[in-house]
Amino acid sequence: MSFLNNAITGISLGSIYAIIALGYTMVYGIAKMLNFAHGDVIMVGAYVCFLAMGNAGLPSVVGVLLAVAVCTVLGIVIERLAYKPLRAAPSLAVLITAIGVSYLLQNSAQILWGAATKTFRPIVEGSLVLVPGQLSISYVAILSVVCCIVVMVALSVFTGQTKMGKAMRACSEDKAAAQLMGIDVDATISMTFAIGSALAAIAGVLMCSAYPVLSPTTGSLPGIRAFTAAVFGGIGSVPGALLGGILLGVIETFAKAYISTDLSDAVVFAVLIIVLLVRPAGLLGKYVPEKV
Amino acid sequence: MLTVDDINVYYGAIHAIKGVSFRVDDGEVVTLIGANGAGKSTILNTVCGLLHSRTGSIQFLDKTLGNVPAHKIVELGMAHVPEGRRIFQQMTVEENLEMGAYTRARADIEPGLERVYEQFPRLKERRKQVAGTLSGGEQQMLAMGRGLMSDPKLLMLDEPSMGLAPILVEQIFDIIRKLHQAGTTILLVEQNARMALSVADRGYVLETGKIVATGTGDELLHDEAVKKAYLGG
Repeated sequence: MSFLNNAITGISLGSIYAIIALGYTMVYGIAKMLNFAHGDVIMVGAYVCFLAMGNAGLPSVVGVLLAVAVCTVLGIVIERLAYKPLRAAPSLAVLITAIGVSYLLQNSAQILWGAATKTFRPIVEGSLVLVPGQLSISYVAILSVVCCIVVMVALSVFTGQTKMGKAMRACSEDKAAAQLMGIDVDATISMTFAIGSALAAIAGVLMCSAYPVLSPTTGSLPGIRAFTAAVFGGIGSVPGALLGGILLGVIETFAKAYISTDLSDAVVFAVLIIVLLVRPAGLLGKYVPEKV
Repeated sequence: MLTVDDINVYYGAIHAIKGVSFRVDDGEVVTLIGANGAGKSTILNTVCGLLHSRTGSIQFLDKTLGNVPAHKIVELGMAHVPEGRRIFQQMTVEENLEMGAYTRARADIEPGLERVYEQFPRLKERRKQVAGTLSGGEQQMLAMGRGLMSDPKLLMLDEPSMGLAPILVEQIFDIIRKLHQAGTTILLVEQNARMALSVADRGYVLETGKIVATGTGDELLHDEAVKKAYLGG
């Protein structure tokens, strides 16, 4: 039974990682940059929901919607102010800027909301008991998996079927050629950041509902883990983010249960290193040789 | 249709295009020929808005392009089939063509596809195939078809024969002739000067960023200097 419990916990945690990893992978795919501030957008989303539900006493649905709205705008603003001016800059400059934005968000949160840890009230409470006293699934876990599936299906329909989604794929392959088609590349990049940040808000709320502590640095570790998941699955690949996220969640949970709580991160990263040694582009990533 | 007046383009400190002026009239095929590095592609990239000139002006259909971004220029009726084809390798043939029609209304896409498939039956056979798996000749056809999907008033072709077997080069030029007969205005950049001049109404010869000769296709084909430099004597 404990095995099943762990598997369920792992999959639901992995679903949250997958949703975060999507943000990394989509932004990487189109802007060819690692947005290290992505994890902190998660934290902002969680705070917005926390304040809306706690201080303003709004229902949780409204809290989530507010979090999504705020993070969407935040994502677009970050891209416009911090990354867009660096479109032609070396990738190292962009990377360092992203780290800077990450600290900026963490410290702003500390000024605005204080450094003290807050207890997040889950957006759904209770659990589904399957075997009394032995096997139960929290509603948050169910919600996480459902959200992950919905997001994946919606995204694959979006990128596969809609004009805007196809334009996004075109931009991620070749920006100059996309411009020659009449695609507004800047607007497409903005949209990608908007989608990624909206997903981060959802992930933030789910994350804090499952593990109800909230502080200005709440987003950084899940952010790094989800980034690992994205690399694990193959950065730039949407199914890769899903696979990487779920695997990472499961490995982490099992490592915690059967090896050591303290060593779980070490196990996760060891697996990552092995995967990258064998498949440098990640599990589902495509290794694209430079054509001459 | 297109008037380019005294453009100067720089890559950093390198002065790539030095005071180039030329024009393309309605229904014409005009070619820019010249050696590798003469600046032919740079001129096309400047006309389509990917690069910018420090001086002069570019007029297209009585509009000054100036600082109009590249994606807006497409809407005005200019399609650029870039050097090296630059098709979207991971998208299907049909998706590539749909991207070509990005600026057009949804209702125009079907008839556009029909027209392109009529011109390039090969593309129809392979419409569900991922574009990266096409042969070089098919990729060039796709790039041209994608350009035509925007129903352009001016079609710019950059080195359409590059890297293709002679028989495919013939095919591509046949298509250019057909497009010309159908009234499409074409600005053609080629290293294959003989082929280019044989389909062109007029041509300009480019050397290190400057226009050094101009005339009708026939005149240039029989010009001693051009023969010597570009047509193998």
